[in-house]
Amino acid sequence: MSQFKAADFYQIDDLFTEEERMIRDTIRDWVDDKFMPIIEEHNRSATFPRHLVPQLGELGVLGASLHGHGCAGLSPVAYGLILQELERGDSGLRSFVSVQGSLCMFPIHAYGTEEQKQKWLPGMAAGKLIGCFGLTEADFGSNPSGMLTRMEDKGDHYLLNGSKYWITNGCIADLAIVAAKEDGEVKMIVVEKGTPGYSTNTIKNKFSLRASVTSELIFQDCKVPKRNVLPGAIGIKGPLSCLNQARFGIAFGTVGSAMAVYDEALRYSQNRIMFDRPIARFQLVQNKLVWMVNEITKGQLLAWRLGRLKEMGKLHHSHVSLAKRNNCWMALECCRLARDVLGANGITDEYQTMRHMCNLESVITYEGTHDIHALIVGREITGESAVT
Amino acid sequence: MEIIVCVKRVPATDSKVKIAADGRGLDPAGVEFLMNPYDEYAMEQAIQLREKAGAGTITVVSLGGADAQKELRQCLAMGADKAVLLDDGGKPNDGCSTARIVAAWLKTVPHELVLCGRQAVDNDEGQFPSRLATLLGFACATEVVALTLDGKVFRAERDIEGGREVVACPLPAVISCNKGLNEPRSPSLKGIMAAKKKPLDTVAATAVEPALEFVSLMLPPEKPPGRIVGSVQELVAALRNEAKVI
Repeated sequence: MSQFKAADFYQIDDLFTEEERMIRDTIRDWVDDKFMPIIEEHNRSATFPRHLVPQLGELGVLGASLHGHGCAGLSPVAYGLILQELERGDSGLRSFVSVQGSLCMFPIHAYGTEEQKQKWLPGMAAGKLIGCFGLTEADFGSNPSGMLTRMEDKGDHYLLNGSKYWITNGCIADLAIVAAKEDGEVKMIVVEKGTPGYSTNTIKNKFSLRASVTSELIFQDCKVPKRNVLPGAIGIKGPLSCLNQARFGIAFGTVGSAMAVYDEALRYSQNRIMFDRPIARFQLVQNKLVWMVNEITKGQLLAWRLGRLKEMGKLHHSHVSLAKRNNCWMALECCRLARDVLGANGITDEYQTMRHMCNLESVITYEGTHDIHALIVGREITGESAVT
Repeated sequence: MEIIVCVKRVPATDSKVKIAADGRGLDPAGVEFLMNPYDEYAMEQAIQLREKAGAGTITVVSLGGADAQKELRQCLAMGADKAVLLDDGGKPNDGCSTARIVAAWLKTVPHELVLCGRQAVDNDEGQFPSRLATLLGFACATEVVALTLDGKVFRAERDIEGGREVVACPLPAVISCNKGLNEPRSPSLKGIMAAKKKPLDTVAATAVEPALEFVSLMLPPEKPPGRIVGSVQELVAALRNEAKVI
């Protein structure tokens, strides 16, 4: 397929700094060169292209918005644009980077001791250590506070019991950042691979995020050294603050998916001849393409503004919810319209649209479902909580 | 060692270009510009030579307008130590004038090795490297596909018709780089961040009399639309009677 052309109907490029554009273009080129040629094969065989992780480290993508300890220290918008480009490749690739940076490196950076930061962050930034984040349980998704996983103070160590489900990177992770309750209060603790009593299972037969590892984590009388507790993370706020970082990235990332399928549908419509003319000439096809570019433009502006609010320190978590919710939805709708434009060809993996569509069914669900984000925004505007 | 890398900002080769109103240049509106691809090989080679030597300074230079700072920043992000824009407002230059301007500037800075692309993909003149070497009185190896330094002696390989030529000469030298020399790196994010703090100086380009005058520029004539014929007989008849090729 010819080179990806990114939609920019409103010259939103002008809103980014030269540095932000250069960072984005670096990742865009990398995705074109290194990722696009292999993604369909990995998606087919349900494998994660793990060999790319050190390259991501070398590029400086992992934990890129953090400062110090080998991290690049980028602006929120630059970080968002990186995730946009990665998700233009595949949501699984972006998920890997979100989990590593926002869900694992962020809490160590924000809540860890200096010793913990020095021990893990440089290796994670370089892609030598892979992290996973254990919050969700099989029966506690939208309601993480109800988690059953427990940690018990045994003097010189904690005894961890419970399990976590839908955990990206679980089976390939060198360390897991696990949320567990001690005397009813949520804490976060780092469990390293090989710790006795810690095991993982792969969740198989997924229709979605096939090029990403999804796992179950099991802790059975798992002895974790006390020095592995992140002392700054007390209460459910700890893990939720990580999700807020990751959701920020998803608001940008899903714009990338939408841009990918729009580009594919637009090119197809200009080349596909039906009734002796390119289908792009038909009003109904144009209407679909216009819907896509219209919503992508709005999504790009939402993401850009979200990034600038974060930069100025004015970001509220409900801002993130609105953008995550809108952009996942619009990207998924773009996939459905693009698939329609592609006709029967769109159901094969010769075209990427259906891969993105299937991926986005996860993305619209994880990190707070579409409906949960409605309730977060709803609580913000009405002052009434619908869930407590 | 002081390495100079010469780069040019050119229209992307897949851009759809339009002729400017004066009929003598391109209309830059809506055209994507980037670093001349052959210059990327020069930039990458400079970094590799410096890495191997363990020391050295890379200065990247471009002749053009203020918008060429983007390409210079890209080189700084890849690993150049400093950048110089020879500002002439971005007017079109022939290879001879460009070589004169760059040679005049080189008199003001230390330099032992000058690396450049084999040609710029906009005008495709390919004159600059050898003209520059002549003006400086330096050795010159063009269209190089392998390059090593042994102390102050370079050894370069060139693809020639049906074979490979190896040349060697002590520095100083001008080397023009060809595809195959290396694989240019993408700037890392840390490199992009570090580039902000590196010096990018603007120097007024020395005024020289143009060696050539650009008289006019035109696009190739549009290809006439194709025609679908109904049968082999019709095709043969058309080839014989209309195209007169069989």
